[in-house]
Amino acid sequence: MIEVENLTVEFGRGAATVRAVRGVSFTVAQGESYGLVGESGSGKSTVLRAIARINPEFGGTIRVNGTPLTSKRSRDEARRMQMVFQDPYGALHPRHTVDAILREPLEIHRVGDKDRRIKAALSDVGLGPEFRFRYPHQISGGQRQRIAVARALILEPEILLLDEPTSALDVSVQAEVLNLLKRLQRERGLTYLMVSHNLAVVAHICERVAVMNRGRVVEELTASTLRGGEPAEAYTRQLVSATEGYDREAVRGYVTYE
Amino acid sequence: MSAAADPQGAGLRAWLRSPSPASTWQARAQRAYLGWVAFRANPIAMAGLLIVVALVLAAIFAPLLTGSRGLDPDLPNRLLPPSAEHWLGTDQLGRDIYDRLIWGSRVTLYIVGLVSIIVAPIGLAVGTLAGYAGGWVDTVLMRIVDIFLAFPRLILALAFVAALGPGLENAVLAIALTTWSPYARIARAEVLTIRKADYIVAAEAQGASTWRILRKHVVPLCLASVIVRLTLDMAGIILTAAGLGFLGLGAQPPLPEWGAMISTGRDFLYDQWWVPTAPGAAIFLVSLGFCLLGDGLRDVLDPRSGEA
Repeated sequence: MIEVENLTVEFGRGAATVRAVRGVSFTVAQGESYGLVGESGSGKSTVLRAIARINPEFGGTIRVNGTPLTSKRSRDEARRMQMVFQDPYGALHPRHTVDAILREPLEIHRVGDKDRRIKAALSDVGLGPEFRFRYPHQISGGQRQRIAVARALILEPEILLLDEPTSALDVSVQAEVLNLLKRLQRERGLTYLMVSHNLAVVAHICERVAVMNRGRVVEELTASTLRGGEPAEAYTRQLVSATEGYDREAVRGYVTYE
Repeated sequence: MSAAADPQGAGLRAWLRSPSPASTWQARAQRAYLGWVAFRANPIAMAGLLIVVALVLAAIFAPLLTGSRGLDPDLPNRLLPPSAEHWLGTDQLGRDIYDRLIWGSRVTLYIVGLVSIIVAPIGLAVGTLAGYAGGWVDTVLMRIVDIFLAFPRLILALAFVAALGPGLENAVLAIALTTWSPYARIARAEVLTIRKADYIVAAEAQGASTWRILRKHVVPLCLASVIVRLTLDMAGIILTAAGLGFLGLGAQPPLPEWGAMISTGRDFLYDQWWVPTAPGAAIFLVSLGFCLLGDGLRDVLDPRSGEA
């Protein structure tokens, strides 16, 4: 479904060039959920933004359904691939009601039967019809993220790009949104590409995971290996031990990657 | 409040405060209502609103409020002091100054209205396009704005009127041409803060065209600051129009334009003080009203003063 081959992304020019992504390759099969994990600055979000063409300039090839992506996004692509953002407060227009937010993609793509679709999209993400005419500031963070998911799914895309969809939410709400994402994937056979720094979240949602560090994929492993078994790479082990909380002994053994 | 006692009023209030509005229209009405509640709490802003509403009412009901259109000379009764018959006295041609002031409010509103209609869309279009497109479009548009900003306002307006000929329409055109540039700057600055926002990126990811993003996402967020600035600028616009009128380049006699009235009245300042004072006070009052209104609107509309 998604094939990324030797992807490179650079920012800046000349001596100030930052090579955010250096030769990343991976493949995501149809109906699979694939996770990209790594610490801040590892380039995982940049990979996602390159696929969504928010950063239009990239090297290497990205193929979706076998078609290579160009730096300019076509309108049909929006119906195949949608994105959910990290910050539910910034992802919804502050002056648009929920109804207007969900109506917009339908208007852009001239989809008929708008009212029925908007109601269905709301109930699909577990929100009642009373939310339809509220403004984003009148609803909670978890509800906003549900609206963002509803907006991404209202055009019935096959691929959903998830950029840390739960990191801005409370722990209890995180579980709610994650279970929602899992259920939607099961029901619709969606393909997920998810970026997160939270290994537990990724292990919960994804079947396969690529661990990134300093712009490269360090290791690709299955979620069960990540959960239970021993990852092969030292960096992955460090990442796992880091999520288990601060441990003076473990930190002493950490290798720094400079 | 009496509205609470009245059952229909209570129903309206509940409708305006309902936590789950049933239509887009109700949601908008609710937001306007909350803004109005905030605005009402500010007595100075309410004073400004009162003055502006009074100006509008005076313009609408001018025929009912006055005995004449204040155009026909009545030389035997020239330069009469304020009295029961002529509340603000008469001018050098015997015309009632009160009548002329009331009819002059139409001229003032005409100028202010036309200038806003011209200035706000041009400023918004140039500013949002420059801010959103960036690159060379931004550079070219903003240098044009800089050129217009570099001219002193009244001098440029004078040059325009001198070229186009004196008259009310040309004065409006001249004022508009010298006023639009700061609006482009404001709109652009506003756009720069939001163009990287996730909701703009999300709209792009849905395949929205540039025109659609500007119209539906960018402009509504810039509109508040532009409206506030416009209201605050009203005073300046009125003063510029009065200045042009004073110099004889704006409204032409016998049209009762307040600036022109001061201009002809200044010959009588020492002996018949009421002739220039009345229009001067009117200009002062209306300018003050717009300034107070603008200040109040800023508190309500400014997106940075907090949601909810």
